[in-house]
Amino acid sequence: MTAIRTEHLTHTYSPNTPFQKVAVEDVSIAIEEGEYVGVIGHTGSGKSTLIQHLNGLLAPTSGKVFIGEEDLWADKAKLRSFRFAVGLVFQYPEYQLFGETVYSDIAFGPTNMGLTPDEVDSRVRQAARFVGLTEEKLQKSPFELSGGQKRRVAIAGVLAMDPRVLILDEPTAGLDPKGRDKILGEIREYHQEKKNTILLVSHSMEDIAKNATMALVMNQARLFCYDRVEEVFGRGEELSRMGLAVPQVSRVFLSLAKRGIPIDPRVYTVEAARDEIIRCVKEGRQGK
Amino acid sequence: MDTIMEATKVSFSYDEAPEAPLVLDDISLTVRQGEFLAVLGHNGSGKSTLAKHFNAILLPQKGRVVVGGMDTADEEKLYDIRQTVGMVFQNPDNQIVATIVEEDVAFALENMGVPPAEIRRRVDDALRSVGMYEYREHAPHQLSGGQKQRIAIAGIIAMRPRCIVLDEPTAMLDPRGRAEVMKTLRELNREHGITIALITHYMDEAAQCDRVVVVDRGKLLMDGLPREVFSRVEELKAVGLDVPQVTELMHSLRRAGLPVREDIITEEECAEELCRLLGKGGTA
Ligand SMILES: Nc1ncnc2c1ncn2[C@@H]1O[C@H](COP(=O)(O)OP(=O)(O)OP(=O)(O)O)[C@@H](O)[C@H]1O
Ligand SMILES: Nc1ncnc2c1ncn2[C@@H]1O[C@H](COP(=O)(O)OP(=O)(O)OP(=O)(O)O)[C@@H](O)[C@H]1O
Ligand SMILES: [Mg+2]
Ligand SMILES: [Mg+2]
Repeated sequence: MTAIRTEHLTHTYSPNTPFQKVAVEDVSIAIEEGEYVGVIGHTGSGKSTLIQHLNGLLAPTSGKVFIGEEDLWADKAKLRSFRFAVGLVFQYPEYQLFGETVYSDIAFGPTNMGLTPDEVDSRVRQAARFVGLTEEKLQKSPFELSGGQKRRVAIAGVLAMDPRVLILDEPTAGLDPKGRDKILGEIREYHQEKKNTILLVSHSMEDIAKNATMALVMNQARLFCYDRVEEVFGRGEELSRMGLAVPQVSRVFLSLAKRGIPIDPRVYTVEAARDEIIRCVKEGRQGK
Repeated sequence: MDTIMEATKVSFSYDEAPEAPLVLDDISLTVRQGEFLAVLGHNGSGKSTLAKHFNAILLPQKGRVVVGGMDTADEEKLYDIRQTVGMVFQNPDNQIVATIVEEDVAFALENMGVPPAEIRRRVDDALRSVGMYEYREHAPHQLSGGQKQRIAIAGIIAMRPRCIVLDEPTAMLDPRGRAEVMKTLRELNREHGITIALITHYMDEAAQCDRVVVVDRGKLLMDGLPREVFSRVEELKAVGLDVPQVTELMHSLRRAGLPVREDIITEEECAEELCRLLGKGGTA
């Protein structure tokens, strides 16, 4: 079943002014339920604009958005329920924080959904554990947190709503390496357990390679492609022309391949790189 | 080289209560004019708090911070201190003040009394160096995340302070944008002798600096050349950090019993070493 679909979606900011900007142009895409989609594209390519249409935060200038089979904008009274079904963590989550305490901030979504206080409490605590926030932080004001800690609170707030579709706009920007791996690991487990649909906007090709099944590439407001991750990453030259440099190990492997070493340059993670080198060394030995 | 920023036994807590935990715990750090320094540390370790001490947004509760010979506690010097140390904040929105991009970049220069023709030149140069010249007449709030970050960087570049402290300036940028910002910073450092202190969670960026400092729970844990610091793989991982992908790759190859150097931190070195290994594997 399709989780989210857009039909000829176009969004123009400040129309009929000198600053008119077509940020998303004629994007038609169908995302199947249960897919883990990595969204990539250069700065200003339209990623944030696109995903803000998927829970009705932005209205299309033209074109349509469907959640399941339903037209998102057909009945305005239903918008609210779509916001619970499609949870969005913003690129600058600071703006998402407004509670007196971290606890009340995370509790905001589930409370609004009409859950019982007990249910809300257990969701808050579970979500906080998910993102690595300690009990002691729950009673603090969100404004007394470091940049990375604020980001964790914003992610927890959306996870606590347990949305059918979870959209994260660069959730790991500003997280330390351990925090990044932990949150992505938790999201991966969450995805495996709940079989929900996930969209992860990221500038890290490594994170996409490790997590996503599908990749959606935006380029200058248009959909460049939507395909399986391996297929998309196989188009390395095109991606790097768009400013989407591949991970460090991939660049090293590309330069080795150029020097005539018989190595497969399609590696994106340290583990894959290690295995490929070990394979090459063994083959070199056997070749003698 | 002259000292440009110096923290001596600095302690700080956001909470006045005596038993409150210290966010900075007896930190001493000396930065010399012309250095290119990276500051690493887990979330909440105190990096932003430390950075704010270097342009007198925060004052130490114990100890002393001296910038370009001026004690940051000296209120009369506040203006000169902020002239000496420019700061790019973690969230660029907190930094953007004007409603047009070029006015925003010019803002500090106008306050400094720079002549208009010179302002024009510096603003254009700064916007070009971050690749945002075409957006000079746009409204900052209408830019994407990465674009805003570049505007904030341009604003500081245009000021030409002796020292620039950047708090995660590349967090929202795409890979090419990150590489461009690093290149711009390197030019400012090499060609204009501007001291750079870069707070980052990207290990490959830290590997390109001259010196790496690691903060852990308000204390200075490591301080050395990138090659020295990144050789301490296990210790770094224990405090929530990491090493560049190429360093990690070399370590895992060593663990698998292959004879490779372990002190590798750049792509070029890694490619060389693998060429040697695979070349040898094929001919020996
Ligand atoms: N409120 C707005 N008004 C006018 N133009 C806007 C507005 N928000 C974004 N834009 C423009 O629309 C384009 C797409 O912006 P968007 O935020 O969707 O990009 P993005 O792909 O998310 O970029 P980044 O990786 O930097 O976050 C950019 O050129 C941006 O300048
Ligand atoms: N305004 C504030 N009021 C109270 N506590 C604060 C405030 N700002 C930061 N803190 C606390 O001080 C500690 C250090 O915060 P700081 O922002 O310096 O960390 P950081 O190293 O910059 O982290 P990050 O990588 O997440 O940006 C954190 O535990 C944080 O909760
Ligand atoms: Mg964006
Ligand atoms: Mg910080």
